[in-house]
Amino acid sequence: MSDTTFAPTYGPVAIPVRELLPWAIFAGLMLMLMIYFVGAEEGATSLIRGTMVHEFVHDGRHLLGFPCH
Amino acid sequence: MVGKLLLRGMLVGLVAGILAFAFARVYGEPQVDKAIAFEEQQAQAAGEAPEPEMVSRATQAGIGLATGVLVYGAALGGLFSLVFAYAYGRLGSLGPRGTSALLALLGFLAVIVVPSLKYPASPPSVGNPETIAYRTELFFIMIVISIAAMVAAVGLAQRLWSRLGAWNASIVAGLAFLVVFALVKAALPDINEVPENFSATVLWQFRVASLGIQLVLWTVVGLGFGAVVERVVAVRDQRGSARRYA
Ligand SMILES: [Zn+2]
Repeated sequence: MSDTTFAPTYGPVAIPVRELLPWAIFAGLMLMLMIYFVGAEEGATSLIRGTMVHEFVHDGRHLLGFPCH
Repeated sequence: MVGKLLLRGMLVGLVAGILAFAFARVYGEPQVDKAIAFEEQQAQAAGEAPEPEMVSRATQAGIGLATGVLVYGAALGGLFSLVFAYAYGRLGSLGPRGTSALLALLGFLAVIVVPSLKYPASPPSVGNPETIAYRTELFFIMIVISIAAMVAAVGLAQRLWSRLGAWNASIVAGLAFLVVFALVKAALPDINEVPENFSATVLWQFRVASLGIQLVLWTVVGLGFGAVVERVVAVRDQRGSARRYA
């Protein structure tokens, strides 16, 4: 019986929110900025002057489903 | 732990991006080319001078497309890992691979399928350049509402779980999600900017290709991420339970 009592039965252990929050904020912002550059920069809004970013990722923008011209 | 998950998520996303790029080259680019040919033909018929090419078509369809899809894939994988970091251990007793697959399925529905039923992907020459700000705004509003509705539906399913059982709780939550979607679809304005003579076949094939690219991305991320983090997560779970039973 003793080996069943001490068998390591373990389930999923959640990550505490306070450990997750700084990652979610800083990495989350950086990752969304990456998507913004592929999907919307120099389209509806513009952080950089010109249209080079838009023209360069143009096909990806259309095929990934973002509104374009 | 979150850092480990994030790094793995971005790497899996990068691999997904490479595969999605190959898919886009084969199934997407022919449709983009046909749409651009239509656009040039229309401009010629209207007597407009051809637009100067700032970036060549070969660059746009090659390194440009690869950059766009790979950056998108890595970012998607990273964001996915952050959502996983929150969801794991909070979705009942689902293990890492199950959690990852379920999140990818729900994410694909909420972020891609549902928004694109209202505002589908469109090839070049479909879409008026003057309405780009308006269309972009509506597109992101649709995604945000869809994600919020999905989060609420998952919450509802969890609340009903013990009372109705897994199946019925999920069906009720799914129906609630559909009702929200139907209301939002009716409330938001429609966009139809397809030119008169644009080929229905090209439009259809472009949209299928676009959905296919997303399906490749989300499938590889959902199944790949679970496989890649299985060990790291298991080691942490074991340590966590050892502390609990000590
Ligand atoms: Zn365009």
